[in-house]
Amino acid sequence: MSVALDIFTIVAISAGAVFFMAGTVGLLRFPDSFTRLHALTKADNLGLGLIVLGLLPQADGLLGALKLVAAWLLVQLAGATVAQLIAHALRRRDPPA
Amino acid sequence: MSVIQALDIGLALLVLAVAGWTIAAREAFASVVGYVAYGLLLSLVWVRLFAVDVALTEAAIGSGVTGVLLISAVVRLRQTEAPAAAERPGVALRVLAGALCAAVAAALATVVLLMPDPGATLAPDAAKHLDELGVGNPITAVLIAYRSFDTMLEKVVLILAVIGVWSLAPDRYWGGAGGPRRVARPEGALAFLAQLLPPLGVVVAIHIVWVGANEPGGAFQGGAILAAMALIVIMARLAEAPEIRGRWLRLTLIAGPAVFLAVGVAGFAIPGSFLAYPAGWAKPLILFIEAFMTLSIAATLPMLVIGPPDRPPRP
Repeated sequence: MSVALDIFTIVAISAGAVFFMAGTVGLLRFPDSFTRLHALTKADNLGLGLIVLGLLPQADGLLGALKLVAAWLLVQLAGATVAQLIAHALRRRDPPA
Repeated sequence: MSVIQALDIGLALLVLAVAGWTIAAREAFASVVGYVAYGLLLSLVWVRLFAVDVALTEAAIGSGVTGVLLISAVVRLRQTEAPAAAERPGVALRVLAGALCAAVAAALATVVLLMPDPGATLAPDAAKHLDELGVGNPITAVLIAYRSFDTMLEKVVLILAVIGVWSLAPDRYWGGAGGPRRVARPEGALAFLAQLLPPLGVVVAIHIVWVGANEPGGAFQGGAILAAMALIVIMARLAEAPEIRGRWLRLTLIAGPAVFLAVGVAGFAIPGSFLAYPAGWAKPLILFIEAFMTLSIAATLPMLVIGPPDRPPRP
């Protein structure tokens, strides 16, 4: 059982790392600020979600698992808000034609 | 070389690279963003050194509060950025400054490399008396019991800093409030966050102060989280910063050091010396002091970020 859980952890965290990598590639390669923002927030939310999912079997009891999930939710909230704020500031600086 | 060692070396290189970039960045704003990233990476370094208390403080104060302070400074200095860049110091001065910095860095490196191994430590002594104090976290014991005098003076310094910031106010604004003004119908993502997050943040802050007796955490970290919640609400324009003449604000600012001092003076009467805790009462007294210090820190940090008042007091 524990081997299976360890394999699950490794697979989920690796998948999460791939999403982080995809987000970073998007940040470096996409043509304008809005698409870059999109790549960063979408990929990071999913990547962190997968990493938290992978860490859940290794967590320190139920309370530890809940703390991990709470960290993921808070990061999602912060990430979404910051993305909105940056996009809003960009809109104000260069209004759409 | 194990994986963990490789990760540690990578982390150290990353910290150095971000530090270098922060210094080299041409724009002040980019520099501040680099500095915040540097602080967050540094807190990872503290976690790797098993100093979780320091890591929490570095993330909250070194990176968070200082980051906000520096960003507001950059916004205010934006007008002066071009003239300041034009006044570049001469080559001789720059070489001299570089040489001075290199000398300080070399001296620090020498000291660190020449430290005896294992280094001189007071850790066993600090751990020996934890039972008598009733706290499980040796850092809390050092801060509030062994070196309590230093901690008390630190809080006094924070109040002096607030007085220093307030004293920059023009006479006509003295007693008024600073920071963003409240708007009737705040909207947008920040207002949503400022309505959703504070209840959670207050619970997390109280939790961190409470577990600080036995695990990483404590008054400073919890107070910094409360301060962040206050700042989010003010920045989202849901509420205004209090007027600096407000009695409650001033009482909250001095509550921590005042309670600390009162307990310290009471130490003369009961155990017989300044800041001594009577036997068996150490833990309740430590928690009592920490509760008031948390409040004071939670009031001090936002007042520092908001800056001097910029409007006259309401009639």
